[in-house]
Amino acid sequence: MPVLKSALDVTSAAYQTNRAAQLAAVAALDEQLDLARAGGGAKYAERHHKRGRLLVRERIELLLDRDAPFLELSALAAWGTEFTVGASILTGVGVVSGVECVIIAHDPTVRGGAMNPYTLRKTLRALEIARVNRLPVINLVESGGADLPSQSDLFVHAGQIFHDLTELSAQGVPTIALVFGNSTAGGAYVPGMCDYAVLVDGQAKVFLGGPPLVKMATGEEADDEELGGADMHSRVSGLSDHFAVDELDCIRIGRQIVDELNWGKLGPGPTKPPDPPRYDPDELLGIAAADFRVPVDPHEVLARVVDGSRFGEYKPLYGTSLVTGWASVHGFPVGVLANARGVLFSEEAKKASEFIMLANQTNTPLVFLQNTTGYMVGKAYEQGGIIKDGAKMINAVTNSTVPHVTINIGASFGAGNYGMSGRAYDPRFMFAWANAKLAVMGAQQLAGVLSIVGRQSAAAAGREFDTAADDVRRQAIEEQIERESHAFFVTARLYDDGVIDPRDTRTVLGLSLSAAHSQEVRGRRGFGVFRM
Amino acid sequence: MPELRKLLIANRGEIAARVMRTARELDIATVAVFSDADAEAPFVRAADEAVHLPGNSPAETYLRADLIIDAARRTGADSVHPGYGFLSENAGFARACVDAGLVFVGPPAAAIEAMGSKIAAKELMAAAGVPVLPGVTVAAGDELGAAGLAARAGREIGYPVLVKAAFGGGGRGMRVVRAEADLLDAVTGARREALAAFGDGTVFLERFVDSPRHIEVQIFGDSFGNVVHLFERECSIQRRYQKVIEESPSPAVDETLRAELGDAAIAAGKAIGYVGAGTVEFVLDASGRFYFLEVNTRLQVEHPVTELVTGLDLVRLQLLVAEGRPLPEEVRLATIGGHAVEVRLYAEDVAADFRPATGTVHAFAVPALPGVRVDAGVAAGSVVGVHYDAMLAKVIAHGPTRDEACRRLARALAETRLHGVVSNRELLVGILREPEFRAGRIDTGYLTRHDPEELSRSWRSADVRPVHAVAAALTAQARRRTDAPVLATLPSGWRNVVNAPQQAVFSCEGDELTVRYRFAEGGITAEVAGTAVAGLVLRAATADRIVADVDGVRREITVHRVGDTYFVDSPLGSTTLTELPRFPDPDSLAAPGSLLAAMPGTVVRVAVEVGDQVRAGAAVVVLEAMKMEHSVSAPHDGTVTEIGVSVGQAVDVGTVLALVDAGEEQG
Repeated sequence: MPVLKSALDVTSAAYQTNRAAQLAAVAALDEQLDLARAGGGAKYAERHHKRGRLLVRERIELLLDRDAPFLELSALAAWGTEFTVGASILTGVGVVSGVECVIIAHDPTVRGGAMNPYTLRKTLRALEIARVNRLPVINLVESGGADLPSQSDLFVHAGQIFHDLTELSAQGVPTIALVFGNSTAGGAYVPGMCDYAVLVDGQAKVFLGGPPLVKMATGEEADDEELGGADMHSRVSGLSDHFAVDELDCIRIGRQIVDELNWGKLGPGPTKPPDPPRYDPDELLGIAAADFRVPVDPHEVLARVVDGSRFGEYKPLYGTSLVTGWASVHGFPVGVLANARGVLFSEEAKKASEFIMLANQTNTPLVFLQNTTGYMVGKAYEQGGIIKDGAKMINAVTNSTVPHVTINIGASFGAGNYGMSGRAYDPRFMFAWANAKLAVMGAQQLAGVLSIVGRQSAAAAGREFDTAADDVRRQAIEEQIERESHAFFVTARLYDDGVIDPRDTRTVLGLSLSAAHSQEVRGRRGFGVFRM
Repeated sequence: MPELRKLLIANRGEIAARVMRTARELDIATVAVFSDADAEAPFVRAADEAVHLPGNSPAETYLRADLIIDAARRTGADSVHPGYGFLSENAGFARACVDAGLVFVGPPAAAIEAMGSKIAAKELMAAAGVPVLPGVTVAAGDELGAAGLAARAGREIGYPVLVKAAFGGGGRGMRVVRAEADLLDAVTGARREALAAFGDGTVFLERFVDSPRHIEVQIFGDSFGNVVHLFERECSIQRRYQKVIEESPSPAVDETLRAELGDAAIAAGKAIGYVGAGTVEFVLDASGRFYFLEVNTRLQVEHPVTELVTGLDLVRLQLLVAEGRPLPEEVRLATIGGHAVEVRLYAEDVAADFRPATGTVHAFAVPALPGVRVDAGVAAGSVVGVHYDAMLAKVIAHGPTRDEACRRLARALAETRLHGVVSNRELLVGILREPEFRAGRIDTGYLTRHDPEELSRSWRSADVRPVHAVAAALTAQARRRTDAPVLATLPSGWRNVVNAPQQAVFSCEGDELTVRYRFAEGGITAEVAGTAVAGLVLRAATADRIVADVDGVRREITVHRVGDTYFVDSPLGSTTLTELPRFPDPDSLAAPGSLLAAMPGTVVRVAVEVGDQVRAGAAVVVLEAMKMEHSVSAPHDGTVTEIGVSVGQAVDVGTVLALVDAGEEQG
């Protein structure tokens, strides 16, 4: 396979500007991740420790295989909302006893681990990742239940957690609950729905109704241990399969359960040489554009991401605004689609459609590097059938069954987001670089469009157009869209699985692809009708 | 006498292997005998044929003259080499061999007998004009009266008095008594140990010379009446009356003294009609006067130093003399060439008062420096148990001068890989590099004046533990990454949301060392016990070595893992680290009030019965380990609720010996 040759000038002003902008974006990301790490804050962490309990991140570090990588998901969920960054839960894909698992762990230092609407979305996304990639699920349970003030946004949908857990089980994907604390009312169904449950002595409380509720309902006097302690559930109800003397014991048993699953991945393992790229990934910081309107050469990105910087380009001379070709990441073969100059024309859409079908023919996963402002508009393009060609691409993306991993490396606007396997097209994983933008269109453009529409409607109504007011409104809209297209805003709403440092792209892809190979990797042979 | 064709070696370990080596060179077939525990020992594999002696204790095996002679008969051996220790100085055995038609490679039984009793030997020597120390014998059957004993000791000897077994050697049962009040206990104890070890409870009391130098002379006789000496050896570096470092020639002996010692030794040999290899031991006091101590009628442990300075093979000479040949010319013309120093590498814990250590030798390799010889009884895979002497090997260096021999030996030992058993290796290097030793100012009190623990530490870098702990952690990390069933090529410990660093906890020399490390941005940071490792740059890391810079200094550190134990060697020194489990086993805790064996040994006495009330400090179980009795006493007042061992049982470190329940306090 040909090896990419970088033409990057690390001394150029553009490189330095880009690098400075990316470092600032990464620093901002770290600042926000600090909030996620802090959970409920030092005071609650200390109180939790004083109770002899481990923090959620301590539990996870002990659960994971030593030195194995861990991909945390949706770390900035609920960012910018009234709820704590991270949404009082931690999810991710990690290796436990040699098995890649989805881990879902409550953070009891944040309002007792109570679930808010973002917690729910984050949990459901993690369960979806487990389902589509066929990854065993380990729940680290310690939650006070629903955040009652937001129950109306929560209650109905929350039932899906239990639905998904048992559906996973029906599909043969193991589910495990390690119960460290409260798991009451609806929460009691987490250990109830899982294939395996381990309860920690003196800490786990698993019951439908606690002592006050029982007293109210039937007048019966009962204490926590009688209603839902580890000892009772291990010896009497049988809800608990293993009695853990303490948290360490619980985690040890959890690891043992995974070890005993006799689990095997259905997809092939890595088959290509996994040698590192020939160029330093650190240079990605100077490659990613500070301004999304400046195109990024995908070859320069791939030279710092794929194995040995090897890339076999498909149709290099046709539809050149989209780069397509074959490569591998950590040994997993992939087809890559990467925007080169933002706009997608008919040629690009047709090239993409063909390439996606070819990847499906050979069961090759696809990596989408989004940096698109959308499909081309204008008389010539409409008349040339851009809608039909865009539809071909969306058809191919939609019906493709090989794993997709999508990374927004700059911009994801308009239908380009759809064609490049955006969130609605169910990529197995989707991430964004720290300064990437996502919206229906760029903020300036969107404000401009609204202004033109306003001017037209004033003219149609015979009203005088208030230019000053339009300027104010235009500015406000531009600011709003700018804010809403920010990577943190997007990820806060679970529109992707996380914001990453560009330098981590290869690692994140490797983890995502490996996880996707837990499931069978099989392309679609028959596609929907292509409009010609 | 005809040539010997097949030689049975009635011994074990390094000496058996040593004798076989020369026998082979003389085209003499070899037969080993071996106990249960020695079934896989290197000396057994080195022999052409081997015969099993069932059991483990010396009394069941290597002391069984009847079984050994039977083994010789069954294998068609025509000769027996007794090595040292065991039956080597047992006249009865020598005679039984001869009666069975076997050539006994050693002196005539009569010579052994004459020297076997230290008392009779001394009288004989005094008569031959050899200077001796005053002494008194307490025969096995004598009634031990405190008053009578004290009177004799005071009158005929004078304090301090040395009490020792009359038969056997090697310091077994030796005790120094400085006051009359302690005499009876010492004699009783020495009698019991002598009886157990040699089957004869006769005890010998003698004037004790404080901190003498131990000088001995190698003699050789043939059946033609020739007796020559092969110069002296000095064996003053001792601990617990056991030799640790030996050398030849002695830095304390000049030509005049050498001639005097040689004459005395030859006189001693001639007085008993000595044939074969023997050693006449003397003490040399501070004023330069020497006194006869004893004659060892066998090959000495430390014979290699004589071999290296004379260029002679003493086992070859033994075999030639046993064949009835006269001593070859070169023996009479022998001169001292250069200097040789030998160390005895023991499996023992210097820090725990030289407590014998057991375990499996996972690696043993001495670098092949010029002039360095290794006589080893163990190899990788050998199990060091409680049944026999704890000597693992002798390492001997020869050089043109004493200094050069010491330097070579120190370097060879410093680079030696010895994994799996605690040893005195670091102490030996410490001594060899210590100025007073190097100046030749040594005597048997050397290790009393110099703290053995400090000597052991003297050449060890202060960084050795933290740096080695990091090395152990990082090689383990590399192994886990390589062996990972998934994601093996991804960055080690990678997190997109940085979390706590990776952690490994090791136990090292009684301390817990927590290592934390994190790979980030192409580099690594690490801390040990909360202190950052300065300027750490990892150049390479595999499962068995790392190359790392610490504070600008690059070193290669090798790590050998066996289970949870990491044996780490580098120019900084050697460390053994045991990783503590990430998840403690909830069932592993011993019940409170348990008495655990602190060392491997054999139970010689159980002083209590289940149900007994005991006071804190009362002896509960007595263990014998490496010639010493150790009493394990109750940790608190209470009731004996369990006894886990019985007399004669061999126990390992950590074995629960008994349980003393303190009652309600224990709650």
